[in-house]
Amino acid sequence: MFKYVKQLTSLVAMVAVLFTFTTETFAAKKSKTLKNTQKKGFVRCGVSQGLPGFSNADAAGNWTGVDVDVCRAVAAAVLGDANKVKFTPLSAKERFTALTSGEIDILSRNTTWTLSRDADIGLTFVGVNFYDGQGFMVRKDSGITSTSQFKNGISACTNIGTTTELNMRDFFNSKGISYTPVAFEKADEVVAAYDAGRCDTYTTDKSGLAAQRTKMTNPDDHIVLPETISKEPLGPVVRQGDSVWEDIVRWSLNTMIEAEEYGVTSANADMMKTSENPQIKRLVGAEGEMGAAFGLDNEWNLRIIKQVGNYGESYKRNIADTGILPDRGPNELWTKGGILYVPPSR
Amino acid sequence: MKFKKILPQFLTLLFIVLIFGFFTMNAQDNMDTRGIEFGFGFLKQEASFDIQFSLIDYDGSRSYARAYLVGLLNTLLVSIIGIILSTMLGVVIGVARLSPNYLINKTASFYVEFFRNVPLLLQIFFWYFAALRALPMPEDAPLIFGSSYMTIKGLYTIAPVWNNFDIFFVALIIALVVIYFFNKFAKKKQEEEGKQYPKFLISLGIFIILPALTFIVGGVDLSWSFPELKQLAKTSFTYEGGLGIPPELIALTLALTLYTATFIAENVRAGIQGIGKGQKEAAASIGLTPSQVLKLVIMPQALRIIIPPTTNQYLNLTKNSSLAAAIAYPDLVLVFAGTAMMQTGRAIEIVGITMATYLTISLSISAFMNWYNKRIAIQEK
Repeated sequence: MFKYVKQLTSLVAMVAVLFTFTTETFAAKKSKTLKNTQKKGFVRCGVSQGLPGFSNADAAGNWTGVDVDVCRAVAAAVLGDANKVKFTPLSAKERFTALTSGEIDILSRNTTWTLSRDADIGLTFVGVNFYDGQGFMVRKDSGITSTSQFKNGISACTNIGTTTELNMRDFFNSKGISYTPVAFEKADEVVAAYDAGRCDTYTTDKSGLAAQRTKMTNPDDHIVLPETISKEPLGPVVRQGDSVWEDIVRWSLNTMIEAEEYGVTSANADMMKTSENPQIKRLVGAEGEMGAAFGLDNEWNLRIIKQVGNYGESYKRNIADTGILPDRGPNELWTKGGILYVPPSR
Repeated sequence: MKFKKILPQFLTLLFIVLIFGFFTMNAQDNMDTRGIEFGFGFLKQEASFDIQFSLIDYDGSRSYARAYLVGLLNTLLVSIIGIILSTMLGVVIGVARLSPNYLINKTASFYVEFFRNVPLLLQIFFWYFAALRALPMPEDAPLIFGSSYMTIKGLYTIAPVWNNFDIFFVALIIALVVIYFFNKFAKKKQEEEGKQYPKFLISLGIFIILPALTFIVGGVDLSWSFPELKQLAKTSFTYEGGLGIPPELIALTLALTLYTATFIAENVRAGIQGIGKGQKEAAASIGLTPSQVLKLVIMPQALRIIIPPTTNQYLNLTKNSSLAAAIAYPDLVLVFAGTAMMQTGRAIEIVGITMATYLTISLSISAFMNWYNKRIAIQEK
């Protein structure tokens, strides 16, 4: 009798240990940010104060743009509805504090991935959704067609709190040109001051230049110079310390890019469930257990593709069709001569 | 009895300490979990960004501490100019509001009501963007006073080029010291013997003659550097040489001055109206001229009413100067709490330093104004 009791207790203990173990890993996978997001019922997303093509609100307050679509993809994955996003417009200066202080959970605001930002200030970059580079805009009638025509005494309008200020200094120093930086807190004021003639050139990321050009009194009076003076890989950022949430955001973006690679679109996603290709089947949740690792169901990626579309659709809708940058340049898939290449979903 | 008195105070203190401790620990905890370190070591690092306008030698290879100093000096510059100009304008408008002349009186009233009721940020934007667009491009700017050009890129004017400036400067200091002791001496003479010197003329003489002497014997030399038009591209010009004052500084100074002067004008008006009519009549009856009445009887009493609220306006002006960030004037907030904070990510440290700095500036102004207020207060005997 006593023997059995002992065996029984050890069995119970073993089961208990196993049980605690499994619940613990399950809890660990259900990250704090994910739990909070599901409780609140919306994804808290930090965006720009208005950059056409990336994150811009229309008169009715609807946000559109490729940066906005990353947040919508996450909302589709974790909440099942791409519209359940609360957007917070942030200045370049406010953005990191808003994220580290927990006011937002994703920062998707044309933010450049750099070593010091990634390593130093409590942030983690999850990927790149736009490969950009800093350029210069000048007035067409100035006759300047290349940065090599810049002369001592040139004044350059830009934003504060960005890598732009640092690149600009590196660029002018390396060319030995003395310049006057005129740095504003908000992009709208930069555009207004440059447009009024306060500066000879306006410098920021080339995508930003193309987008802001549309806001000028007379867009055709300005040209973007061909030179690119820096690498600006822009991508979504999350807080350090929640690796599950980090993975969810990373793979939401990757899903969009990979969907384009395999020709899965918002229109044909449902049909692709019966595809022959196992890679495509995994992408639409018809094979494998691709969501379990995040604590999500199996169709999280299907929802992203159906509700937001693949990367190509998002680019076309927001950047190409709006006339900002019709040519995808480096932001084309690696299979088509660009540098968009993401790890496989498997 | 005593215990009863102390207990509530002790509890309040304990409560404050606990609250403060909680916030500190909470911040510490949050920073730890997010892998953010606390420290001021970043101040020594290379700033690697340039600043448009600086009173001291600066470029991006200097440290963040140096960038802080640049921002601080720019804040002080715009505050000091603003305080001086708004006081001058405020006194004039305040007196004008009491003028019996209908036109002067109403113009002053309209000015006060208009400028103090429009938000300051809006006024800053107005002076910057509206006025900026109205200014000519450098190549079209007319020559003003044979020396300056007012353009969209700023005011370009002549700059003094000194030889042996230090000798001149020492002479200037000596002149001021001599004037101070002369005035003391003259006052004593007047009190003891009733003898009056033409104090102002003699002071002015010393002030001009002593420094002027250094040009003849001290090897001091002054010439002027003129701004010259330079072509940057086919339709793009700028000025080189001379002194360039950025339009951001001009717009900010203008907005701060016009806004704050309205409040100072009201203080001045209240101060003068606060002095009984009898004072003025009594002073006139003993044969003082109207300007003597104002200078010797009204103003000394009115100042006691004017100074304390005007101190508030000086503090407001200094704090309001932080709106500079909106129009790219590189003040403390734009340079340090803006760019430097972004580049380092040290939000808590930098906001802390910035707050402490504004607090120090404000308390210094307060202390000075309190000292001045005490000095002019009526000495009760």
